[in-house]
Amino acid sequence: MSKLQHIIAREYITRVRKKTFIIMSIIGPLLFAGLMVVPVWLTQLEDKEPKKIAVVEIDEFGRPVPDSTMILRNVFENKPLLKFDYLGEISVAQAEELAIISDYFGVLIVRHRAFLAGDKVSVELIAKKQPSFGIEMQIEQNLETFLYNKKLLTYNVPPQVINNLNTKVSIAIRRADENEIKSSGDINVKRGLGYISGFLIYMFIFFFGAQVMRGVVEEKSNRIIEVIITSVKPFQLMMGKIIGIGLVGLTQFVTWIILSLVIFQFAESYMLNEKLHEIQNQQQTVELFNTQPATQQNTEISMEDVELSGMFESLREIDFLFVLCVFVFYFITGFLLYASMFAAIGAAVDSETDTQQFMLPVTIPLVIGIIVMMNAITNPEGSLAYWFSIIPFTSPIVMMARIGFDIPVSELILSASLLILTFIFMTWLSGKIYRIGILMYGKKTSYKEIIKWIRYK
Amino acid sequence: MSFFEARNITKQYAGHLALDDVSVHIDKGLVYGFLGPNGAGKTTLIRIINRITAPDSGEVLIDGRKITSEDILKIGYLPEERGLYKKMKVGEQSLYLARLKGLKKNEALKQLNFWFDKFEIQSWWNKKIEELSKGMAQKVQFIITLLHNPDILILDEPLSGFDPVNASQLKQEIKNLRNEGKTIILSTHDMSSVEELCDKICLINKSKAILEGRVADIKQEFKSNKFEVVYSAEQSLDGFLQEKFQLVESGKIDTDKQFAIVKIPDLSINKSQGNELIKSIVDKAVIHSFSEILPSMTEVFIQSVGSNSNTDSNE
Repeated sequence: MSKLQHIIAREYITRVRKKTFIIMSIIGPLLFAGLMVVPVWLTQLEDKEPKKIAVVEIDEFGRPVPDSTMILRNVFENKPLLKFDYLGEISVAQAEELAIISDYFGVLIVRHRAFLAGDKVSVELIAKKQPSFGIEMQIEQNLETFLYNKKLLTYNVPPQVINNLNTKVSIAIRRADENEIKSSGDINVKRGLGYISGFLIYMFIFFFGAQVMRGVVEEKSNRIIEVIITSVKPFQLMMGKIIGIGLVGLTQFVTWIILSLVIFQFAESYMLNEKLHEIQNQQQTVELFNTQPATQQNTEISMEDVELSGMFESLREIDFLFVLCVFVFYFITGFLLYASMFAAIGAAVDSETDTQQFMLPVTIPLVIGIIVMMNAITNPEGSLAYWFSIIPFTSPIVMMARIGFDIPVSELILSASLLILTFIFMTWLSGKIYRIGILMYGKKTSYKEIIKWIRYK
Repeated sequence: MSFFEARNITKQYAGHLALDDVSVHIDKGLVYGFLGPNGAGKTTLIRIINRITAPDSGEVLIDGRKITSEDILKIGYLPEERGLYKKMKVGEQSLYLARLKGLKKNEALKQLNFWFDKFEIQSWWNKKIEELSKGMAQKVQFIITLLHNPDILILDEPLSGFDPVNASQLKQEIKNLRNEGKTIILSTHDMSSVEELCDKICLINKSKAILEGRVADIKQEFKSNKFEVVYSAEQSLDGFLQEKFQLVESGKIDTDKQFAIVKIPDLSINKSQGNELIKSIVDKAVIHSFSEILPSMTEVFIQSVGSNSNTDSNE
């Protein structure tokens, strides 16, 4: 093994063995997945207990409405875990009693006077416990649909027209130079992909770049640098550190990808199965009651499901190998570019607390990159996105936002070669600062001083 | 021609002259000491010899040719500010640093085992440096300096931070290394270790080499021609000695022994004046011992640095 390899190996092994690295590798994707999956899972968890709600109507004169003349019959959509019973001839007092002594989760009291009043109506739910947001939402939605349809009926709109009123619109986009039509779901997936990968690069540069800086400061402040520098060239040491830590980042990233894919696979099958199950149940319900409003609700739900599976579908359609290659390139080169700057900062100061004054030139382009990326996601072919995906200091982040949108190869090559050239130049420059800086102690370094170091032979 | 040589080294840091035309001549197989007050430029000189920093002018020669980075690998360097990776284990760290010096793994392990056994620190192998005391860490670092079996050792303040037991173990080790034929350069301001270890020294003060030579020669140069006589006599010879020579100090050692320290001012002109002294008292008293008093290195140091700073302040 060459000396450079020894240095790389040390930087890599000491970091990968750390508990924090192992924990981060496992927790990272779990955390990520958790943020998306757990809220969904929690709502499902809550719904596991079947609930029944009794619906009671009180007419304009305060009298209980008998079974036969209830206007809300079958308005509410029965779900596997939430069913509605329509009880006739129940007074408010009886309803209140019922809410306490019966098995019903709650009793919904609909007073016709308040309910049929106009634009703002209200109903009352007497429940044993605070109902979940989902239950509230469903009751409100079902009643709103009912009133919407009822109003249309009063304007003499025929029922078949009402059924036809709701139209789902999705935009199909086709680029002038292509034949293939892309759905908007597809584009949103690409936006999400661009956002996530751009943000990942930003995070990795910051996180692992700072590790390079900390490593340099450590070697400088505990003076081991003097021993090492008699064995290897300063540039070897700097590059060894940068490459070693870069590999640590790559390792972390690969473990995240693998774990995420596993979670993704699991989530895909699990969530889709669950949804399919739900749809089947609903169809049974529809067959049982076979009423108009319920059918309409049902179609809406299944539309959502189609979108969900469509999303998974379009995820599969993306050329992941290509995106991955571009990502890895920008990830590595972007890291190398910034890491050498971080190393130079580390060499210029005596302790970590002094790094602040030199951080600005490094953080500003990174932050600009992330801001432009947000814009580039919504407008991937605008001139802002174009220029910042060519400029080397922001290109690793901004280019990732555009990657899903078929960038011309020439742009990609221009951006990549500029990035490589800048990386070589910055590494050379940082090497000069590093070489002098690591042996300078005591005096507080200024920008003027650093420029002097660069000019040294 | 010396084995290892620095010629006319000048080095300037922003507005401050660290070394001004300094030359040192280091012989093979000897212990060479860089002496000097703090901030004199010793560490800068060591860094230049090590090729850590480049001089503004002057050159470093080994065997008469310019030193190369290959030669540096044959140097073992113990910097003044000791430092190791605090979070790394002792064994792992030593192995890494040895391999950076170009040692093969087996070779490095063999050397490590040898030295760890010798210093009885095998049990530290799996300890992190941060778990060791400062002295323990220094010991580890000393071993790391020797692992690649360098021909030249550069030790910057090797004894600082050691307790007397460990310090004497280290001194013994330095002597052993010299006896094995290693060339050792050490920088120190501990004068007793200079007397004990150094064959040759260079005294650096205010960026200049003000004195270079063999310790024995320097002592001769700085001696003030004083002799000590221990004798037994009926009566004190003080009066007689004062009359014929120059009595510096005298007194009783015990009931029948007396001593006298006598200065012979013109010894450099007449080498046999010492004999004259003996002759003059041999029939007046029983001589128990007669010896020349040489200055300690501390005296040499203070005298040269003191006088140098006087002339400086006059400038």
